[in-house]
Amino acid sequence: MSTTVVSRLARATLSAARRSAALRVRGYAAAAGELKKTGLYDFHVENGAKMVPFAGYSMPLAYGAVGAVASHNHVRESVGLFDVGHMMQTNFRGATATQFLEWLTPSSLAALEPYHSTLSVLLNEKGGIIDDTVITKHAQDAFYVVTNAGRRDRDLPWFQQRLEEWNASERGKAGKVELEVLEDWGLLALQGPEAANYLQKFTPYDLKQLTFGKSAFVPIEGFHLHVARGGYTGEDGFEISIPPGQTVEVAKLLSQDPVWLTGLGARDSLRLEAGMCLYGSDLDEDTTPVEAGLTWVIGKDRRERADFIGAEGVLKHLKEGPPRRRIGLLVEGAPARQGAKILEPNSGEQLGVVTSGQPSPTLGKNIAMGYIKHGWHKKGTEVAVEVRNKARQAVLAPLPFYKPRFYRG
Amino acid sequence: MFGALRAASRPGFPALRAARTAPVTSNSRFLARTIVTKKFTSDHEAVIFDSDSKLGTVTITNYAQSSLGDVVFVELPVVGTEVEQGDQIGAVESVKAASDIYAPISGVVEAVNEQLNSQPGLLNKSPEGDGWLCKIKVADEAELEKLMTEDAYKKHCEES
Repeated sequence: MSTTVVSRLARATLSAARRSAALRVRGYAAAAGELKKTGLYDFHVENGAKMVPFAGYSMPLAYGAVGAVASHNHVRESVGLFDVGHMMQTNFRGATATQFLEWLTPSSLAALEPYHSTLSVLLNEKGGIIDDTVITKHAQDAFYVVTNAGRRDRDLPWFQQRLEEWNASERGKAGKVELEVLEDWGLLALQGPEAANYLQKFTPYDLKQLTFGKSAFVPIEGFHLHVARGGYTGEDGFEISIPPGQTVEVAKLLSQDPVWLTGLGARDSLRLEAGMCLYGSDLDEDTTPVEAGLTWVIGKDRRERADFIGAEGVLKHLKEGPPRRRIGLLVEGAPARQGAKILEPNSGEQLGVVTSGQPSPTLGKNIAMGYIKHGWHKKGTEVAVEVRNKARQAVLAPLPFYKPRFYRG
Repeated sequence: MFGALRAASRPGFPALRAARTAPVTSNSRFLARTIVTKKFTSDHEAVIFDSDSKLGTVTITNYAQSSLGDVVFVELPVVGTEVEQGDQIGAVESVKAASDIYAPISGVVEAVNEQLNSQPGLLNKSPEGDGWLCKIKVADEAELEKLMTEDAYKKHCEES
């Protein structure tokens, strides 16, 4: 397994296996230094969590004796609660906030309805992905943005520097933009087909109105919380932002029967089945959204105006086709994991590399995501994947492996 | 037991072997008890050595299976392969991670547990029994001395 790519989830998973002293597990070097804690650290420990280093935080990998597969299946069949409070939550406010964020991303934010969210990407000057992010518009002049914890040290200076530049420029004259990081706020993800029934018990707000991609401030047992419908598992669910000091109480409220506390291990297998990218594994600064199969996040009007950072590189890939593409694989026999080479089955020529992979609890097959040379990317194409120096049969499969069951009303 | 039966069908060998082995077997081959020794590695493999057959049955430990979680694939060595103590001889894949299996002892691989190809879950159900990995014809019994006793292994698990 590759140690060069910093893979947040894979790293956590491997480290846990290693720390719990299973057999020698390949390829993980423990991260040194002080780990940060979310407001739920003690709550996790009290609930028997195996805590592991992840994106600079000590995070729960799994709880008690609940296995990775059982935990995964519970989210697919019922409902699980995830602490995602390590992620960076930021508000952008100001008269030109829409234009500012349209400079930083290729999304059509002017056209986005208030209290709607969209997946987006922060792009560097070459069109490479600095981070993937979910942007929620509250108004033309107010946005709520969630970015990855593992990219905080890259994202925050990037935001601050571009903001300074923007506010000093002609474009910013119409109204400065301010950034506020929601330090120490909690973020909980309630995920699974039973999530809505469960949450509805605690609020008079009719959650049927809140379809996938929408958000609202919802009264929940005396709390007033920002709730966004969506998530990172392929199931219906909610991401709930919580002011500091209230997180533990809300977590207790949201973790009663039939909810199971669910850790990073299940989160990784759930998102992989749902075909969702993990930054650091499946996305990096040398990958454009076109290569990553995220062309759909680029607004049509944005392509024409080409006024976002990195537009040139992105438009080149759009026009000429990308040199490689993100694809799905089903692998026979041994599971292919991050770093496994994708090979031409006869000549053994390398065609690409696996960026995420593991046995799928839902499908009972070995699934993987990776990048392959343009031209080899059609589904059904037979390739080989190298695991422990042996070529294994694999076939390109459409993404997602598991069709998301979002609530669209 | 089976070792004794097999020995009986091959006259000539038992006497020679008896002479070379531990004092308990020196008197009569047929009255002697088979000595089964179980030793552990720090990497959570176990080897169950049968003094009659000279076969070491290689397994992962119960501790290892519970740490790994649901095993979905087992890669086994090829029968006839000569292995050195510490060589990588296979791998166990769980949903969580891939883990290498190292030979706890040197020798020639005499048999592998083909059942694991269709039922990798045996490793979780019965890691030190039905979920055995392979049998190695042990080349040098002295190597067993380098491995941990059950007590030492228990201590090792508690400390890790």
